[in-house]
Amino acid sequence: MTVPWRLRLNPILCTGHALCAELLPEVIVLDEWGYPILSPVPDELLSLARRAVADCPTLALAIEPAP
Amino acid sequence: MNGLLWYSTRATGEVALLFLTGVVVLGVLSAVRFGGRRVPRFVIAGMHRNLTLAGLGFLAVHAGTAILDSYAPIDLADAVVPFASAYRPIWLGLGTVAFDTLLILTVTSLLRTRIGVRRWRVLHWSAYACWVTAFVHALGTGSDVRVPVFLLLAGVCGAVVLAVVAWRIAAPGPRRRGLRAGAALTALIVLVFVIGWSADGPLRPGWAKRAGTPARTPDSAGR
Amino acid sequence: MTAPATAPSERRLLAGYHALGRPAGLRDHRARYGALPSLGPEPGERAGTRLIGLLDEAGLTGRGGGAFPTGRKLRSVAESGRSPVVVVNAAEGEPLSGKDRLLLAVAPHLVLDGAVLAASALRARRIAVCVHSAESAAQVESALAERGPVRSVAVRVVRVPGRYVASEETALVNHLSGREAKPAFTPPRPFERGVGGRPTLVANAETYAHIALIARYGPRWFRACGTPDAPGTALFTVSGAVLRPGVIEAPLGTSVAGLLRMAGGPAEQLQAILTGGYGGAWLPIRRARTPATPAAFAAAGAALGPGIIVALPARVCGVAESARIMRWLADETAGQCGPCTFGLPAIAEDLAALADGRAGETVWRRLHGRLSAVAGRGACRHPDGAVRFATSALRVFGPHLAAHRHPGNCPAAQGPGLLPTRGGR
Repeated sequence: MTVPWRLRLNPILCTGHALCAELLPEVIVLDEWGYPILSPVPDELLSLARRAVADCPTLALAIEPAP
Repeated sequence: MNGLLWYSTRATGEVALLFLTGVVVLGVLSAVRFGGRRVPRFVIAGMHRNLTLAGLGFLAVHAGTAILDSYAPIDLADAVVPFASAYRPIWLGLGTVAFDTLLILTVTSLLRTRIGVRRWRVLHWSAYACWVTAFVHALGTGSDVRVPVFLLLAGVCGAVVLAVVAWRIAAPGPRRRGLRAGAALTALIVLVFVIGWSADGPLRPGWAKRAGTPARTPDSAGR
Repeated sequence: MTAPATAPSERRLLAGYHALGRPAGLRDHRARYGALPSLGPEPGERAGTRLIGLLDEAGLTGRGGGAFPTGRKLRSVAESGRSPVVVVNAAEGEPLSGKDRLLLAVAPHLVLDGAVLAASALRARRIAVCVHSAESAAQVESALAERGPVRSVAVRVVRVPGRYVASEETALVNHLSGREAKPAFTPPRPFERGVGGRPTLVANAETYAHIALIARYGPRWFRACGTPDAPGTALFTVSGAVLRPGVIEAPLGTSVAGLLRMAGGPAEQLQAILTGGYGGAWLPIRRARTPATPAAFAAAGAALGPGIIVALPARVCGVAESARIMRWLADETAGQCGPCTFGLPAIAEDLAALADGRAGETVWRRLHGRLSAVAGRGACRHPDGAVRFATSALRVFGPHLAAHRHPGNCPAAQGPGLLPTRGGR
């Protein structure tokens, strides 16, 4: 399975609303303080990942091609 | 036919007020981070967005029927340009202002990633003003103001928005005492003003005339 | 190019100071080093070409802690094609470091030479010298007054708040652009979009001083000391239990033991060395033969950082000392990123519990989990440095931690702290 996309978080903007983790529990887990820890995005979750990016209340998430 | 249009205007306006109230409630719920396992936050965010779009739909019908209807002299420009109407110019104009604001809020939210979160947030504060403007418009223009069902609707909407605003002001988070105190003071002033104005204006007999309803509408002139 | 007799290979930046015994004025500076060579681009030549070539060949790396190749950094700035801003970082937010302050006090013209060389090579029109103290600001101002106006370049001295993270390069860019002196999210990095939106070269004060010498004596002279991987000399701030604490200049690759000797040697029996500062790492004393190069330090679990070496005596409790420093690091967060704002205080609390003998198995496990959860998740490297520091404390003082199983078992932990966390500046 190829993993061509990855999420990137701006930790300054992120205030831990955690919408992203609700939408993408397979990719995003929360640390004990409620801030997201990201993993690579598999292809089949790409559309959910895009929704997580668009729905982030502080626009702290971005999705970009993995290097 | 005309009667249908005129009643549609009034009905959709009242439904839109209900929807906008729901939108404000959901917006505040997002802001105070209500939700979690049982009501996921993305559901609240999605409902906030969808209810806004539905509300816009009702408002389109609300404005469209008001224009098409010939009972009151309202034309297409009045739906977009505030305070230019021959019919209750101030109170109708407030509705136009609220509608324009809502349009701007919707468009900027849909383009949020483009305009940046800071600018978006500053703009989004005007959502509260938008709701108050729409509320005053409903009382000032509405033909049903002294009907008990409408009074109940308005009263419930007002109380609910007041409650969530209070919740937001008292919600945990960054302290920012000045901002919170300012918001509380503003809310209080607006509350006193709206109550005072309603008691003295729309809730007293003879409001229609004082509000600027033309003595002879084109419709009645033709009869 | 030949090395002048007045510039011995082991002492370069501080040679003038040691020969004169007092800070160098412009006349002393000119007498020792001669006039500033011109490396500005010839008509039609790409900006920075000649200077970048010299720096690449010399192998100079940044002396502020990052050890990034300076030539490559200049190239990134030059490639934008726009007129950049040159920033001299002498803010030195790390309380254990004193080298940049000393350099500005005794050889300000070397630093300014380097900045002017970089500015003219890159066609910059603005230089900002960032310092923390009023004293340093006055020293730079008076050196600038001696030199008179620099042709087509505006030089200004900017004071930076004393916070630890305020001297981070994106924080400096924010400060110079009129925003709060807090780190920014990257990219864009300063070389892409820095002060006022312009491409910006941010480098450490000592790095500019080395540039001034490389431009005069050439890459081969520069490489005549140090190691092939880490050529040249560096300034080290040596403190703690040594007989003559202070700033020394030594070739990179000098062993830790050698650096301690240059600072008078140990004043008493030592147990460990703090390397790289509070965002650095502990090195057990048995590894004192590790050569001071970025690669060798990293391989030994240490960190060169901005050349900070602190000797920890055997009588002091390393765990208690580390817990105190960790608390300070937690307090120094800019409070912007969640994992740093909440993670560092949590780690500090766990370390304090360990030091006080209040920690059970759960605290141990929790601490390890937290250390691996926080690293790499801030906008700047502050949490990474703090985690590295705490991790190294557990590793180096691990055997001693047994004494901390129960409260009061380590009498040394009750003593007053040794390392400064508020003073020092």
